[in-house]
Amino acid sequence: MNIHTIPQRTPAETALIDAFSDRLSLLPGDGKVMLKRDDAIEAIKSGLPTRRIESWHYTDLRRLLTSVPDFDPAAAPKAIAPVVEGSAVLPVLNGVSSAKLPDIEGIAVQRLSEKLTDGSIAPGLDPYGADDAIGALNTAFVADGYFVDIADGTELDKPIELQNLQSGGQTHVRLGVRVGAGAKAVIVERQTGEGAALVSSVSQLLLDEGADVTWLIVQEQPDTATHLAQFKAHLGKDSKLTLFVMNAGGKLVRQEIVVKTTGEGADFTLRGINLLAGDTHTDVTMVLDHTVPHTASTEVIRNVVTGRARGVFQGRINVHQYAQKTNAKMACNTLLLSDDGEFSTKPELEIFADDVVCGHGATVTEIDHDHLFYLMARGIDEKTARGFLVKAFVAEVIEELDDEAIVEALEARLDDWFVAHG
Amino acid sequence: MLEIKNLHARIVDDGTEIIRGLNLTVRAGEVAAIMGPNGSGKSTLSYILAGREDYEVTEGDILYNGESILEMDPAERATSGIFLAFQYPMEIPGVATMEFLKVAMNEQRKARGEEPLKIPEFLKRVKDAAASLNMDMAMLKRPLNVGFSGGEKKRAEILQMKLLEPKLCVLDETDSGLDIDALKIVADGVNALRSPDRAIVVITHYQRLLQYIVPDTVHVLYRGQVIKSGDKSLALDLEANGYAGVIGQAA
Repeated sequence: MNIHTIPQRTPAETALIDAFSDRLSLLPGDGKVMLKRDDAIEAIKSGLPTRRIESWHYTDLRRLLTSVPDFDPAAAPKAIAPVVEGSAVLPVLNGVSSAKLPDIEGIAVQRLSEKLTDGSIAPGLDPYGADDAIGALNTAFVADGYFVDIADGTELDKPIELQNLQSGGQTHVRLGVRVGAGAKAVIVERQTGEGAALVSSVSQLLLDEGADVTWLIVQEQPDTATHLAQFKAHLGKDSKLTLFVMNAGGKLVRQEIVVKTTGEGADFTLRGINLLAGDTHTDVTMVLDHTVPHTASTEVIRNVVTGRARGVFQGRINVHQYAQKTNAKMACNTLLLSDDGEFSTKPELEIFADDVVCGHGATVTEIDHDHLFYLMARGIDEKTARGFLVKAFVAEVIEELDDEAIVEALEARLDDWFVAHG
Repeated sequence: MLEIKNLHARIVDDGTEIIRGLNLTVRAGEVAAIMGPNGSGKSTLSYILAGREDYEVTEGDILYNGESILEMDPAERATSGIFLAFQYPMEIPGVATMEFLKVAMNEQRKARGEEPLKIPEFLKRVKDAAASLNMDMAMLKRPLNVGFSGGEKKRAEILQMKLLEPKLCVLDETDSGLDIDALKIVADGVNALRSPDRAIVVITHYQRLLQYIVPDTVHVLYRGQVIKSGDKSLALDLEANGYAGVIGQAA
């Protein structure tokens, strides 16, 4: 006989379980979707992950998620100007998509609520692994978002911005994008708002053969919000994904990145910037599977830590036995600017193939005194010179993006952060 | 313009004394060469003038226009008109060269109570200075000194010197790493800055540079002291006979 000891539920766990009962009648979904929701809430009932679960070791969600706000139907954020000027904006306001869909050639946009109602999204609601707490939370509560289909061969001349804005309460959003063969697109995933919100957001991206996508996650939640996000992508043959993640806000943030290379010649680039200030906790956790031969990946994460902020980067690269000639490189560099700040880095390489090139490195540094002296020797005062060097440390990652409009737009976001936290 | 009096200085980390009672006077309009064998304290002297924190002055003083600079940080010294052309200029990834130049020039202007430069005027000055040093503007679109060859870095230092218009220029081994053509270009750049209200201190190991930047005075530095001063003929003498003779006389 098995004896289960069910630990006493935390207020947050209780609030989530109660909220599910309250919301159930409002949640869209056919039978298949509703079954997935049931499974998901069962997973939550068995408890939020703690530090005893390896992938959550540095982010004990059960302890850190101290409260969960109620849903707030009155919350009404307004769409904001896109990060990159001229982008086509698809807003999700307080968890609800817009009925007014843009008319762009080669692009079909559907409200996600429809795909929940007709059940066509159901297969995508499965958890990606045993400890998929964010997936479970989202699957249980997700009510809307968008599904965007970019037709084969379409080359978008301006970015699409998926704008997830909240103004308190809970929002649970899902954004799905399929990019057809040979298509090319820049997609901005904007995550921001105000108030003491709980946000879960899951993005799913499918790249067909030869597709080329730059996906920018710009997360600037207020330091009162909990942001639990997932980005999942499958990279088909000869496809190319450049994922840029900027975390510049949030009280408790976990951004999971789950990427699989499923076609030969696929190429994945991750560039991340974590700007951490105040009394906050930010976790970027990546699981990358090289499942087929001849695929490449590079990951560079740069972190700036001030105040009492705590940061985490977990980078796991699984090179499957069949995935010969994999080329994978990962680096995580942290600039620690305060005595009370903290950053934990955990690279993990699990390699079952024998003909691969894989490497990882992590550094934690302070401001380089030689560099500081050089700038000051040109008459730049110490504060300005330090600002220069901190910005330079992260700007390097942005400049690699190689698209002037994007680089400028992201540097503007960077400047905003430095003005607020300099 | 520059008066160094009985200067003693040591490395903060390990207390090693490098400068041991150094005296030197450089007048406005003068080009002074400081020569000396390896380890004599030449580069240390340049860093101390610029205010590097790794060195600590334990005795004596450095007067610039009659006032002590020992309490000033490197930025204050720079905005007061002191410029050090580094022997090994730092590569600073992520700092855009043009942005850096603009901020540095405007800091100088601010210290002089002038308005910031307008962008077209700034660009014009940079273009003119770059052209005079045979530098490609494309180089300046790169991050500061990143990927520059040794010679390009030295040229970039002289470019900064031209743009910042300092009153006291200290050139630390500016000739090292330069081929003969680059050396001439750099020397022309320095000579163009010679003026009655500016002093230039050229620190060098070899006489070669002094063929192109002809000094008014030459000072031999050995074990942290100036052991002999003279005119340009002293440099030729050193080239012909090495440092041993001069050191022998001093001992």
